[in-house]
Amino acid sequence: MKARIAKALTIAAVAASLAACSSVSLDDQAGAGADGSGILDPFNPQSILAKQRSVYFDFNGYTVSEQYRSLVETHGKYLASKPQQRVVIEGNTDARGGSEYNLALGQRRAEAVRRMLTLIGVSDTQVETISFGKEKPKALGDSDADYAENRRADFNYKR
Amino acid sequence: MMSPHSSGNRQSARSFLPSARIWFALCLAMLGLLAGLPAHAQLRVDISGTGAQQYPVAIADFSGDAAGAQIAEIIRADLTRSGQFRLISTSGSNLTVDTPIAFDEWRTRGADFIAYGTVVRTPDGRFEVKYRLGDTVKRGPLDGVAFSGTEKELRRVAHQISDRIYEKITGIRGVFATRIAYVLKQGNTYELQIADADGQNPQVALRSREPVISPAWSPDGSRLAYVSFESGKPVVYVHQLATSKRFPVANFKGNNSAPAWSPDGSQLAVVLTRDGLSQIYTVSAADGSNLRRITRSPLIDTEPVFSPDGRSIYFTSDRSGSPQIYQVGLDGGEPRRITFNGGYNISPRISPDGKTLLTVTRRDGAYRIVSLNLTNNTESFLTAGRDDQSPSFAPNGMQVLYASVQGGRSVLAGVSSDGRVRQTLSILNGEIREPTWGPFSK
Repeated sequence: MKARIAKALTIAAVAASLAACSSVSLDDQAGAGADGSGILDPFNPQSILAKQRSVYFDFNGYTVSEQYRSLVETHGKYLASKPQQRVVIEGNTDARGGSEYNLALGQRRAEAVRRMLTLIGVSDTQVETISFGKEKPKALGDSDADYAENRRADFNYKR
Repeated sequence: MMSPHSSGNRQSARSFLPSARIWFALCLAMLGLLAGLPAHAQLRVDISGTGAQQYPVAIADFSGDAAGAQIAEIIRADLTRSGQFRLISTSGSNLTVDTPIAFDEWRTRGADFIAYGTVVRTPDGRFEVKYRLGDTVKRGPLDGVAFSGTEKELRRVAHQISDRIYEKITGIRGVFATRIAYVLKQGNTYELQIADADGQNPQVALRSREPVISPAWSPDGSRLAYVSFESGKPVVYVHQLATSKRFPVANFKGNNSAPAWSPDGSQLAVVLTRDGLSQIYTVSAADGSNLRRITRSPLIDTEPVFSPDGRSIYFTSDRSGSPQIYQVGLDGGEPRRITFNGGYNISPRISPDGKTLLTVTRRDGAYRIVSLNLTNNTESFLTAGRDDQSPSFAPNGMQVLYASVQGGRSVLAGVSSDGRVRQTLSILNGEIREPTWGPFSK
């Protein structure tokens, strides 16, 4: 029961922060320059949807921090405007700890992103969340910077 | 993506033949080299520590054929690795299986037990191996058996003799003729391999360009369940070793992982994210039917293992805010928290007698294997590495296999259940991950 209340509070907090962000227009965020970064097309390498598709997390963390909320909102508004577009949110972790627990932790990160998308109005049928855990690291070293790079959830749009 | 392919273990017991793929240099730190064994190589075995009790035993070279010395050497290596035996020199003994044993002489040499035998190559090219075990204290025979096998099967015969010696002397069933499974990562290739319990004779069950994790033996040793990422996400497969036939037993939306067999082999517990976060379900091991949800929490529940009686499941959950081990009955009820020490306890493994729980725990930034006595709730650290993972009990509960990082590489490691005897088996050209000890062989 306690957990349910905590969950409800989390959602309320996320909703509140989204409301706070909603006055920022997409064009302002994207910089809408001549370089094409204002184009909302995940398959155009110049688009912000292709360039900024990763949300990073703290060690053992799974909450989307303030600095990534506008990024998630940009993707969310795009997805809400394209109900046929499907996306897979892929969660990852750093190399520390067990394979299966990290798989679950990566899933929790992906799921945190999906819940934000749902609040923005993205349909559940558009989004699949999966996890690679610690099995497919982007950074192969074992420095703190490598670990930080691997604590990540990526938007992977499906054609 | 390279499609995975399988090769069964039909060429099992390749013991005395060189492997086509991997070349081994076997080095037994305490015993010296196994002379005469074709180098299967790049596998290095290091042993340290001694058991609380060590039985003094003499293993004479088996007479009659050159293979006899190799068989005796395999038996000596097996018994030494257990840490429960002290080898007494047999130099100059020249015993055949029919030699009357001078018990007092062996007792004077310090041996409480003497094993000896004869190998005969029969006209059809097979080998007949006769062995006896004598008790020098009681001055009488303890065991005597004849085996027949091809040259390839001699290593297995030696392990079976080791098992008999171990059981006759300790009263506990031996595990030398059992097998282990693990994932070998070389570059971007993942191989699910099956090897003898001493790491020899590896066979490739599956080769893939994508990660493979969490192999789990069926209770009868005929099948492995595992998680493969070959389709782009984690999916649970069941793989029949004799035929190499495999099928996805859990492939739902989201992740499918952490398979664990019920003791009767009929069901698999799996972890699915089809309903959100990782939760524990059971499915039929035969075809993935009869999906049933076991846990209901808003957080992570993963790494199920069945209790030996099949009536409950131990699992990892972060419902308390940090990952800890819980137990829940399969017929419902509230999960009960089992671990309380430290802020990170994962990967529960229950001993065959149900009395000891292994976990991986993080303390001071290091991941170590801890043994928790469920009767009196005392814990003891079995390992002292920086990153020890994936523990599994030998089927007799006397040893624990795990993955350890040494020199920046992941190696296979073993420790006796009392923590006194350690061994590592390192393969020089790859990383060994996710080891798991198979059941008793039939």
